[in-house]
Formats: sequence, C-alpha cells, structure tokens
Amino acid sequence: MIKKMTCIECPRGCSLSVDIENCKAVKIGGAGCPKGMAYAISEVEDPSRILTATVMTEGLDIKFLPVRTDKPIPKKELFRAVEEVKKIRVKNALRAGDTVDNNFMGLGVRLVATRSVG
Amino acid sequence: MKRRDLVIVGGGPAGMAASLAAHKSGVRDILLLERDQYLGGILNQCIHTGFGIDYFKEILTGPEYADRFIQKMKTAPGIEVSLSSFVARLTKDKVITYLKPGSLNEVHAKAVIMATGCRERTREMVHIPGTRPSGIFSAGLAQKLINIEGLLPGKDVVIIGSGDIGLIMARRWTLEGARVRAIVEIQDKTRGLTRNVVQCVEDFDIPLYFNHKVLKIFGKDRVEKITLIKVDESMKDIKGTEFDIECDTLLISVGLIPENELIEMAGAEIDKRTNSPVSKDVNMTSIPGIFVCGNSFKVYDYVDSVTRDSELAGTQAAEYIKGVK
Repeated sequence: MIKKMTCIECPRGCSLSVDIENCKAVKIGGAGCPKGMAYAISEVEDPSRILTATVMTEGLDIKFLPVRTDKPIPKKELFRAVEEVKKIRVKNALRAGDTVDNNFMGLGVRLVATRSVG
Repeated sequence: MKRRDLVIVGGGPAGMAASLAAHKSGVRDILLLERDQYLGGILNQCIHTGFGIDYFKEILTGPEYADRFIQKMKTAPGIEVSLSSFVARLTKDKVITYLKPGSLNEVHAKAVIMATGCRERTREMVHIPGTRPSGIFSAGLAQKLINIEGLLPGKDVVIIGSGDIGLIMARRWTLEGARVRAIVEIQDKTRGLTRNVVQCVEDFDIPLYFNHKVLKIFGKDRVEKITLIKVDESMKDIKGTEFDIECDTLLISVGLIPENELIEMAGAEIDKRTNSPVSKDVNMTSIPGIFVCGNSFKVYDYVDSVTRDSELAGTQAAEYIKGVK
C-alpha cells in the first residue's frame, strides 16, 4: 500500500510517498533530507511528536517557562504529557537548553527549558 | 541631544540580526530600543518548533531561536540595549523620541533601522457583522495570553481564518483542554503551511471548513454562537447553506500587516495597500539613512528569512554611516 503524507519536520513540508508492507515502511520517496525518511518510518510504525508547553515558575522573572521534549514522544501520550507538565514548578534560574526533567514520564526523553529564566 | 551612529527600533529577530550585522561591519556606537522588558520579540510567545532549519540547520522553538541571538548580543560591546523603551516619534532628520519609565528621551542618529515587525489584521479589516461581545481575540493575542500569561480565556473555540498562528493555536488550545469547534476559511485552501494542517488540525480531528465564512456573531456580554455560510468561487454567499455553531470564543487569524506608522510620521512614502515602504531596493525607504527590515519591510513566512534580510539591512546601514560626515 502506498500512503501519501506531508513531512512535518520543517516548514518545507516535503510530500512523501511511503510504500507500506505489514505495517512497515519499505520504500520512501520525496524526502528532501534524512529527517523526512525518519519521519515517514515513525509515522507508519509509531507516530510521535515533540511536545512544547509551558511550566509554571516561582519567584523568577517570567511567570511561565517554555519547555520542549528533546525527542518526540508517542502521539497518544500528548494529552497526558500536558497534564504532567502542569504539575511541575521551576524555582531556580535556568538557561535555554537546561534540563527540567531528566526522564520525563519515564519515556526516556528529557524535558528542557527553551528560554533563559532568572 | 545625544548623538548615535546607529539607532535600531525593535529587539526581535530583525532588530537583533541588524544590530549584530552592523556591529560586524564596524559600527561601534549602536543603540537598540525595545519596548518590552525582554529581547526576542514575538518569538518568545512562539513556543512551538519549526524555526531555524535554514539558518541554523536545526529545528528550534521560537524562544530557542531568539536565545541564540540574545547570547550573541551580550558578546558584542558597542551595542547598547535599552529595554522598556517605547519610540513615540521619528523625524526625517533622524531624531528619535522615546519613552522609558520616568523619562522622555531624544536621540539623533546618523542612520536608523526600523525593525518594528507586523501586527495582526483585525475583525474590522475582514468585516464580520454582528454584536461586539467579549471573547473575540486575535490569534496572536490568544497565543500571548496562553504562552506568556498562562491564561486560557475560553472553552469552546472557533478560529476564523487558517493562518499559521490560528492553526498552531488550534493545537495549543486543544492540548490545554479547550474544544476547537471549527476552523473557518473563506478560500478553498489553507493560508498556512501544510505541516501545520497535518500536526495541528488533522492530528486532533478538528473540523476545517473551506469556502465558508462567518455570516454573523451573536452574544450580548460574551460570544454565544456564530452563523456560518458557504460561499461560491467568487466568494458570494450561497443562500440556504447557513448553520450555527455554539461557542464562547473566536480567534481571528486572517493575516499580518507591517507596522510602519513611525516612518510614515517621518514622511517616508508608504504603499497604503501593503503598508510597506515604497523604495528602490530591499530594506530601503524614500528617506536616505532610514532603513526598514524584517516583517516591517514585508511579512515573511520564516524567521530565517527575516534574519538574513535584516543582516543585509545592518550591512547597508554600516555602509551609509561610513559616507556620513
């Protein structure tokens, strides 16, 4: 089965054509870079997304700190992940890229600050 | 009056790139005025990914993209950043008047770069009839409320227009627990990027109505419902296709328009249709020595392009300053 999809890795949005056999991507056409190949495989076998959200701070110069997962997490976990993020409080100064949670939800991904907060 | 070689108005991606490029070209007396309390501009509220693939060959969030430049600004002596500084006046002789808490200041510049970005087109610009209740926000304002202030000012949302900010807000509000009832687009295709339709709309099964428009907004104190109608190829209403959607919030996402009141005040020629400066080349205005870059010159799709064109503006301004006695 050939499935058409749009790569969401970057704003270029390459049109991908993925040949699927037994729930595996066996041939991928249209990808402009290796990220597109990886996206097609993931989208067929285990769709995942980078989570971006905000974390409440206490006593710092911005009220909400934007965060992201360093790697995509399973798409089906997104809603639970947003609820988990809401439970976190950041009380110390951080720089963009610093870790907020080293093993977020036990998924093996880091939750990192995307903005510096002091 | 204080004198400066170069004054830059706006500390978003355009203003930061322009000041760093001017600094690299040898200008050492630079004042950057930013009205907010932080550098980074609108990138700070764009917490989603998708920035920097062209410029940094990495996929960054808005705040991360901004942070790269904020860190560089700290290592460039000669660039003075003045925050909470609101520019109220610009003259053709390049005198800038700005307000800072507790003071009114004037500075005379050899060259000026305007990096004031753009603003959102409003309900009034697309003529949506009906009442004027609370609960109607531009998509970018909604983005600021949710991402910077931590507020979710609505539960049942309809998004008017399918611009990228609207699509991204559809996902954000859905993840935060609101119900996005519909996205309404008068054209037959999205105004935003396909990737945003995939990851923000299709991922969450949000209904996207093409060839539809809002006929009327209802509600006294708060938005209560809207009526939609289908339109034909010439965007004329098709009678009998009306239907209602109950909602408490409307987000307007119908495009952006450059913000150029200051150069207009200085007497620069402006194209009234696009609100862009009329000029013989990119980043120029009809007044020598006053440059415009980034989204205030024209609205770009990607911040990476804003950075590149603003770097060019910084270099152009440096060349101009060398020729000024």
